Amino acid sequence: MKRVIITALAVVFCLSGAAKAEELKKVRIGTEGAYAPFNLIDQNGQLAGFDIDVGNALCAAAKFDCEWVTQDWDGIIPGLQAEKYDAILAAMSITAERAEVVDFTDPYYQELGVIVGKQGTEYKGSYADTVAGKVIGIQSSTTHENFARDRLGDVAEVKTYDTVEQAHLDLTAGRIDFFIDGVIAVTGGFLETDLGTGFAIIGPEIFDKEIYGDGAGIAVRKGDDELREAFNAALKQIRADGTYQSISDKHFGVDIFGS
Amino acid sequence: MPELLDLRGFGDELASGFALTLGVGLGALAVALLAGLAGAACKLSESAALRAAGFVYTTVVRGIPELVLIIVLYYGVPTVVQDTVRLFVDGFRLDFNPVVTAILVIGMIYGAFMTEVLRGAFLTVPRGQLEAARAFGMSRARTFWRIHMPQMWRFALPGIGNVWMVLIKATALVSVVGLHDILFWADRAGQSLREPFKFLLAAAAGFLLITFVSEHVFAFAERRARRGVRQVAR
Amino acid sequence: MDLDLVARSLPALGDGLVMTLAITGFAVPVGFCLAIPLALARLSRNAALAAPARVFIYVFRGTPFLIQLYLVYYGLGQFSDLFRELGVWWFFRDALNCALLVLVLNTAAYSGEIFRGAIAGVDAGQIEAARASGMSWLVRTRRIVLPQALRIAWPAYTNEVVFLMQVTSLVSLVTVTELFRSADMIAVRTFKIYTMYLTVAAIYLMVSYAIIFVFGLVERRLMRHTAPAPGGSVHRRALAVLTR
Repeated sequence: MKRVIITALAVVFCLSGAAKAEELKKVRIGTEGAYAPFNLIDQNGQLAGFDIDVGNALCAAAKFDCEWVTQDWDGIIPGLQAEKYDAILAAMSITAERAEVVDFTDPYYQELGVIVGKQGTEYKGSYADTVAGKVIGIQSSTTHENFARDRLGDVAEVKTYDTVEQAHLDLTAGRIDFFIDGVIAVTGGFLETDLGTGFAIIGPEIFDKEIYGDGAGIAVRKGDDELREAFNAALKQIRADGTYQSISDKHFGVDIFGS
Repeated sequence: MPELLDLRGFGDELASGFALTLGVGLGALAVALLAGLAGAACKLSESAALRAAGFVYTTVVRGIPELVLIIVLYYGVPTVVQDTVRLFVDGFRLDFNPVVTAILVIGMIYGAFMTEVLRGAFLTVPRGQLEAARAFGMSRARTFWRIHMPQMWRFALPGIGNVWMVLIKATALVSVVGLHDILFWADRAGQSLREPFKFLLAAAAGFLLITFVSEHVFAFAERRARRGVRQVAR
Repeated sequence: MDLDLVARSLPALGDGLVMTLAITGFAVPVGFCLAIPLALARLSRNAALAAPARVFIYVFRGTPFLIQLYLVYYGLGQFSDLFRELGVWWFFRDALNCALLVLVLNTAAYSGEIFRGAIAGVDAGQIEAARASGMSWLVRTRRIVLPQALRIAWPAYTNEVVFLMQVTSLVSLVTVTELFRSADMIAVRTFKIYTMYLTVAAIYLMVSYAIIFVFGLVERRLMRHTAPAPGGSVHRRALAVLTR
């Protein structure tokens, strides 16, 4: 009799444990880990940054059991398609080109591109005039690369880097004269660091809807509407209850959600 | 000098990267040996189809840069396997472990080089031995396993050593597909601390250590394999 | 496989191929010119020559090319201010210069090792005869040792040249736009990854075999006085170094 009771209790415990586990859907999120302050690898070898905090908050709101996977930027969409992870949360801009191969959630922040150069460089009225005859560095497969090649490729030399940090190194070494990146990323990840002393944003923020699209979103595989809607709902929730704002404040001191 | 040795907290990461590099290298070596045996068997076989398959394998793999091969195979093979199995099993998902994938990919690439080494080694075993074995009534299989293969290793060792040296250095390329090997961590540390020189030097030192030890291990193995064989005075 | 894209990419790939061939075409002869003295130094009885040669060959063969490349480009880039003061920054500033430097040094080390084995393999009797005939070291080396060593080394050297051409794909990682980077740029823009990578793989395959064919013609000429050898010592040694 005792045995039956113990077994029954054990089964009940297991089932309730299993029931709980079923509520938490396992979702793997891919990110780059080399794009401070959005996603980076800290001194302990751990992923950290705005994207990580937002991602974890979204997962908590959507009741997902989330696991982070790092992936080189160039291979980040192929990795999603190859099902190495189920979503990409890596400061990725929503563009028409990308939307052809993946589905995006609603934007989770807005960012504009800027041109960074040595402090005191004169802005000559237009981007093209300012960079003419010089060397621009950009990260490969980014909207900034598209902007540099499509809009400025005729007047300036464009060099491609795998990570923004490599471009930072070359900018300070003087191998490139300008660097184009998102204003938030380049401010927090470069200009406000030691390496960035003596450099500044040259000229106004770049308004180019065709190339820059609608802000950054979370990418999911084409047709994965369930996951997409779950993230959208979670995003609305963390906006409503203030979680998003506190994360944004913690990293940037302002709310970067945009309009 | 002390400044050069200060790894600023990235010491454990570099060490784990080193372990990964070694792990991938040794795993890939094992896979390469297996692939090489299969390849050599194909190339030495009587079947023209198998010989052709072996030829295509070694020719194609040795004609394409490792960087291209690694990227295509690392992303491509799991996808192809997954899609193929999907035809039979609905919603099949292959959760490929990055390290295992890397080991298989590098092993498959260097299997082509190993094929050539093993094939040459098989051919170098004196025919007289094989003929004598058959004359004694040993079956083909027995001849192969008891006489041909064991002696083949002696001739294969220098070549295997060479392939190992190339293979272990090629593992540095897995950092390009995002594996956290020693070069990956050297890059990360160097870039985020803005001291690429120091950390890249550390990674280089790690590889020198591996090549140094490998050379001695292979020299020892070659000496042991040669025991009992008459050496001509030079 | 998007063949239409392949057709449209050919001009860009063609430019990349030209760069790859130009880089290879520079590094091979310069590396060759460095490798011969390096091999001779390595074999020299003078420790002041042999030791640095050994260390150079050991370091460049013992570390991955990618690390060597990053060390020179990003590693030395860290010291740009120092180099500016020394007046040498103009060289290291350019990615192509850095890439060529590393390629030349790397191939010099590998080729040097190949030539070392080949020089050591020249028949001792020939050298003794040359000495007995009163030839100085220089004449002996130039007229007897090197021509024969080249013959011995040729198969292995062919492989080294093919490998060098293939390894130029890595210089794309330090902002040099050659064949691989050209394909890569199109791949990431259009998301047609496999189309572009398979195309570029095919191009590399063709170039590799073009090199082997041309070098094979040279080998036939070098060996025109010999009958086909029955797997003897020359080929054993070549086989051993073949899998470099």
